[in-house]
Amino acid sequence: MKVTLKIFRYNPETDMKPHYDRFVVEAEATDRILDLLESIKNYQDGTLSYRRSCAHGICGSDAMRINGVNRLACKALVKDVGNKVTVEPILGLPVEKDLIVDMEPFFDHYRSVMPYFVGGEENPKKEQMQSPEDRERFDDTTKCILCAACTTSCPSFWASGEYIGPSAMVNAHRFIFDSRDQAAAERLKILNDQYGVYRCHTIFNCTDACPREIQITKAIGELKKAIVTARLD
Amino acid sequence: MKTHQYEVLIVGAGGAGLMAALYASRSASTAVLSKLYPTRSHTGTAQGGVGAALGNLEEDRPEWHTFDSVKGSDYLGDQDAIEFMCEAAPQVIYELEHMGLPFSRNPDGTIAQRPFGGHTNNVTGKPVTRACYAADRTGHMILQTLYQQCIKNKVTFFDEFHVVDLITVNGSVAGVVALELATGEMHVFHAKAVIFATGGHGRVWDVTSNAYAYTGDGVAITLRRGVPAEDMEFFQFHPTGIYRLGILITEGVRGEGGVLINDKGERFMERYAPKVKDLASRDVISRAMYLEMQEGRGVGGKRYLYLDVRPETVNKYAALDNRTRPDGSPFRVTGEEILAKLPDIIDFCHVYLGVDPVTQPMPVQQTAHYAMGGIPTNVHAEVYLDEKGAIMPGLYAAGEVACVSVHGANRLGTNSLLDIVVFGKEAGLRAAEFSGGASFQPLPGDAADFAREQFARLRDGSGTEKAADIAREMKTVMDDHVGVFRVKDGMQQALDKIRLLKERYKEVRAGDQGSAFNTDMLNIWELSNLLDLAEVTTVSALAREESRGGHARDDFPQRDDKKWLKHTMAWMREGDVKLRYKPVTITKYQPKERVY
Repeated sequence: MKVTLKIFRYNPETDMKPHYDRFVVEAEATDRILDLLESIKNYQDGTLSYRRSCAHGICGSDAMRINGVNRLACKALVKDVGNKVTVEPILGLPVEKDLIVDMEPFFDHYRSVMPYFVGGEENPKKEQMQSPEDRERFDDTTKCILCAACTTSCPSFWASGEYIGPSAMVNAHRFIFDSRDQAAAERLKILNDQYGVYRCHTIFNCTDACPREIQITKAIGELKKAIVTARLD
Repeated sequence: MKTHQYEVLIVGAGGAGLMAALYASRSASTAVLSKLYPTRSHTGTAQGGVGAALGNLEEDRPEWHTFDSVKGSDYLGDQDAIEFMCEAAPQVIYELEHMGLPFSRNPDGTIAQRPFGGHTNNVTGKPVTRACYAADRTGHMILQTLYQQCIKNKVTFFDEFHVVDLITVNGSVAGVVALELATGEMHVFHAKAVIFATGGHGRVWDVTSNAYAYTGDGVAITLRRGVPAEDMEFFQFHPTGIYRLGILITEGVRGEGGVLINDKGERFMERYAPKVKDLASRDVISRAMYLEMQEGRGVGGKRYLYLDVRPETVNKYAALDNRTRPDGSPFRVTGEEILAKLPDIIDFCHVYLGVDPVTQPMPVQQTAHYAMGGIPTNVHAEVYLDEKGAIMPGLYAAGEVACVSVHGANRLGTNSLLDIVVFGKEAGLRAAEFSGGASFQPLPGDAADFAREQFARLRDGSGTEKAADIAREMKTVMDDHVGVFRVKDGMQQALDKIRLLKERYKEVRAGDQGSAFNTDMLNIWELSNLLDLAEVTTVSALAREESRGGHARDDFPQRDDKKWLKHTMAWMREGDVKLRYKPVTITKYQPKERVY
């Protein structure tokens, strides 16, 4: 079948402002949108720019807006999005070229929540014990691939880039609810801020956008509760 | 042109690079250069587990892990190196756990372990639970944990800096040249030690589990600077990739009881590996699949077979095999258990195939997966310059880009994740130690010229050839003739074709002539790496007239230890590939016939 793609274009070296280009590609229903972008780049327009690597939804490089919804281009199939496809960069981060955005503000928020394990020994002779139930407690938030689909789907983040956003909170959650970790209180203090948990208005865009199906709004709810009750249940 | 100076530079930010960074940065000024954001690295896609004889569920020993790896390597692995890795394994797994890695857990709170191909109890010959895992996302957890620890320890990163050349002065390392993706600017990084941790090159083939980024940059760059590449004819074709897409379906599926089934509904592996069946080594299974399909038993006559992990199938064969859990109870599974242990696999099948593995079998075929060969190193990650053991001062390599050789002719499942953490750590420690006692080599004035020339050609080419056509033709000919089974005539055809493609490549012109985020230019440059590695692989494979591990020849079906128990060393010189050989290190285990 023929698929028509309308793609957001912006070249910082030649364009004053962005525009859209149309491309028609021969495709199969099971092709990934990423396959279509590759076909355009290889045979129609080498200047089309985007990030990609693993091509099966694990590396998190190719989050973009596909027909108005944040998706990974490698996990969105033609049969799921139809034969008229609009592709745009994710919102809320500065566009650098075409579908490539500046990821630094996103990673700055990530780094701000102490996204690393605190505890453990230098030369351990044995593992730290953890029950399967304790391990299960934070399983969902270990799945994050830092693709930014959630944060850039959030109206609160669009309104203020200072909001740390859902992804940073997912990564804080992953450690706060890990029974082995020793810095939950410090992280909760960071999140207890006007640009922290309180900017979440339970819109659920993030949960819908997550390609890893993490229950993000639920995780943020657990963080809010932990701050209010000063307890980790 | 900007110039930077660090004592230790690490190229690549996957598991090996980040592990090296954590250890090198403790005592030396260190920077990591990566063409991707670190968390995009291919380590993240590893699924099933990391091997270590922790013995959490049943008796296991590092010696058994060592022997299994030697046998898995078809006796081409260097036994001193394999022993070093398997002995170091339990300690490094505990270290990862203490860095916060969220392993799955046993009921007693210890790290969970599962069976994997070729992992055995050396006394009973039965499968042993040695693969430490975090569901089917073990690589993701390793990559995330190491990156998190790098943030904690304030490691310096240059993200989206694509290293394109190695600078050497008087036979020693002086640094690297990198292209900054955002600006297109060339940077020179002056260093005392450089660690290549750039991963593999599966993108040489068409059907592959490997990321777009897996273009063999490290091996190609060092080959151009006179460093040999070792054992390049040995590339692993994993038995279970998703049909046509090549996306990996972990061996953990078979560890959890899944079986391979042909068009007649037969569990054919019992004919090829009567003892361990679907848990034989990967090369053995990939060849068996090829033969089944050659004889017309692919599903519907096509080039795929079924991987079946439906509970009724698993339980049927577990009962026939009298399979038991480590505690002696009969091995039985439920749909919920499959879902809990293999969530990502199930998701891939839903998304890409519309198949639910709990109720339907998965269509699979062999997929180009892992480079056993690469930059030759010793166990301290120091790089060899020849077959006699000369090393280049300051140059290190670790992970898939390196050939230690711990994988020999065929890598045992779970040993890739082990390799990256053990030798990444070793590389970091050794490079930092070296730089403590070394001084900076003076930078040559023309340090970036060679790199600049390569890119100028891509900008100024005639444009009569398209890079995408050349890439497609290379991948097709490599799939057809330098894949699971090989013969002389086919490989010669492939070699002639690749040399023709290298000529045609000279006419390519980048469609993007700009500076900012010129991914077009970099993709085309990566293709030059793939073409070089395809050529070196094929020349090395043509010369080796025997079948061993991942290198299987119809015209030389037997392993020939008299002539070929040796490593290939390949150099690129004046447009040609030159081969020499070096002996395999054998300590405790004399080569014998390999039966599973």
